[in-house]
Amino acid sequence: MDEKNSHSAFITVIGHDRVGIIAAVSTLLAEAGVNINDISQTILQENFTMIMSVDLSKATLDIKALADRLEAKGRELGLSILIQHADIFHAMHRI
Amino acid sequence: MAKGMFEDFEILETIRMFQEEHLDVRTITMGISLMDCAAGSADETCRRIYDKICSRAERLVAVGEDISREYGIPIINKRVSVTPISQVAASSRTTDYAVFARALERAADNVGVNFIGGFSALVHKGYTDSDRRLIASIPEALATTEKVCSSVNVATTRTGINMDAVREMGEVIVETARLTADRDALGCAKLVVFANAPEDNPFMAGAFTGSGEPECVINVGVSGPGVVMKALERCPEADFGELADTIKRSAFKITRVGQLVAREASRRLGATFGILDLSLAPTPAVGDSVARILEAMGLERAGAWGTTAALAMLNDAVKKGGTMATSSTGGLSGAFIPVSEDAAMAKAAADGALSIEKLEAMTAVCSLGLDMIVVPGDIPSNSLAGMIADVMAIGMINSKTTGARLIPAYGKKVGEWVKLGGLFGEAPVMAVSQAGNDAFLRRGGRIPAPLQSLTN
Repeated sequence: MDEKNSHSAFITVIGHDRVGIIAAVSTLLAEAGVNINDISQTILQENFTMIMSVDLSKATLDIKALADRLEAKGRELGLSILIQHADIFHAMHRI
Repeated sequence: MAKGMFEDFEILETIRMFQEEHLDVRTITMGISLMDCAAGSADETCRRIYDKICSRAERLVAVGEDISREYGIPIINKRVSVTPISQVAASSRTTDYAVFARALERAADNVGVNFIGGFSALVHKGYTDSDRRLIASIPEALATTEKVCSSVNVATTRTGINMDAVREMGEVIVETARLTADRDALGCAKLVVFANAPEDNPFMAGAFTGSGEPECVINVGVSGPGVVMKALERCPEADFGELADTIKRSAFKITRVGQLVAREASRRLGATFGILDLSLAPTPAVGDSVARILEAMGLERAGAWGTTAALAMLNDAVKKGGTMATSSTGGLSGAFIPVSEDAAMAKAAADGALSIEKLEAMTAVCSLGLDMIVVPGDIPSNSLAGMIADVMAIGMINSKTTGARLIPAYGKKVGEWVKLGGLFGEAPVMAVSQAGNDAFLRRGGRIPAPLQSLTN
């Protein structure tokens, strides 16, 4: 389980919708060498919610440094941006 | 689906549990054997204890913070537990064991943990000379340190109850309260009297590393009363079968979080992966309360008739979900009902809905004893000893761990509030029986081990 997903993570963006959220986040990720596998977005309880599945295998930053940058970007845009290693979701949601 | 593995709702559920429902890893506790630290003098023993803890736990806090960051899991406490000091100090040729507590404190300060457990002795069958010295040093040890926790095991199902130790612990609690009177008897919050104490418990104040444990081990305690409460609030009409299933599903997810953290922490620290403690541990934070789970089940307050049954079901369902999620269970693994650490429990006590006698009944079916209960400051030591004896008897007869953590609030009367601060919370002074028991405790000796058949 660990080996297979050791480079996958999920990024969750929650907050008020506005122009350019995807552009801002994906630019940051491109600069850090992070590949986006998939994006989905919905409006949940009036909140814009975007979930990105990403691959960190060619990333130039480790997940902690990436988390710091995403958080800073979130503050700039007035959004909550989280990155979490995929293992946590495996652990909780798969038997 | 395209994201490969997960639905959006699963990802959002995880985030909600961490951010809104107080799911967290309560503690990563590193157990360190100090058996090789015994020396012929107190100075040398203290030096070895300090050096070993500082070297083994050097990266504990940093690794905990890394894991927290990478997985987005709040990890609240990093702690250390050690071999019972009465065993480590036995050959040190000193009578004042508080020096070892201060060595533990310095080591805890150095590695940055907020508590260190193991100023402990196991005297369920009898005392060694070293056990006597340790127990006599407990009040001073707890009064002159902040992070050191102490525990004494006075009973087991296989050996019975050491009533001499029970009586003495009543006196030790009174003296600890006196020496820490200026801090609302805070010293007593760091002292547990046990029956059937586990060797691998990650939770304070009762953590120590038993002699059956490996050199260096990681034990993890996860907590999620808020998650269970929110899950129950989402099914207000469910019958008890559905209720139990809902709790089991939450417990499974909570436990899996702990397992991931324990495995990663032990791998990165080069320590053995020990156990996950399947306990629901409340904190004073709003929404992180076991009492509120009981209310979500339909009881007006903790302490209402039905509380014992509700807690029995809750505890059992948590264990069933947890054992499905991991094969490495251990520690205390029961529902915690520490009055001061659970805001709704303390409120129920203040309003008269919850009495010490009801808490004792709750202990019999599910929980871990009379925990963080504030009693009047003028309570006789034999009354404390009698309370301890009753809790020990419940543990001994039911083959389970029970503990007593009793806080005589110096100079305070029933109904007055005591603020212990931080995770210890606050609680009202609770009423206790005034009837005497001196002649009972004067008998001394050991209550024999119970029969383990004919169990009705």
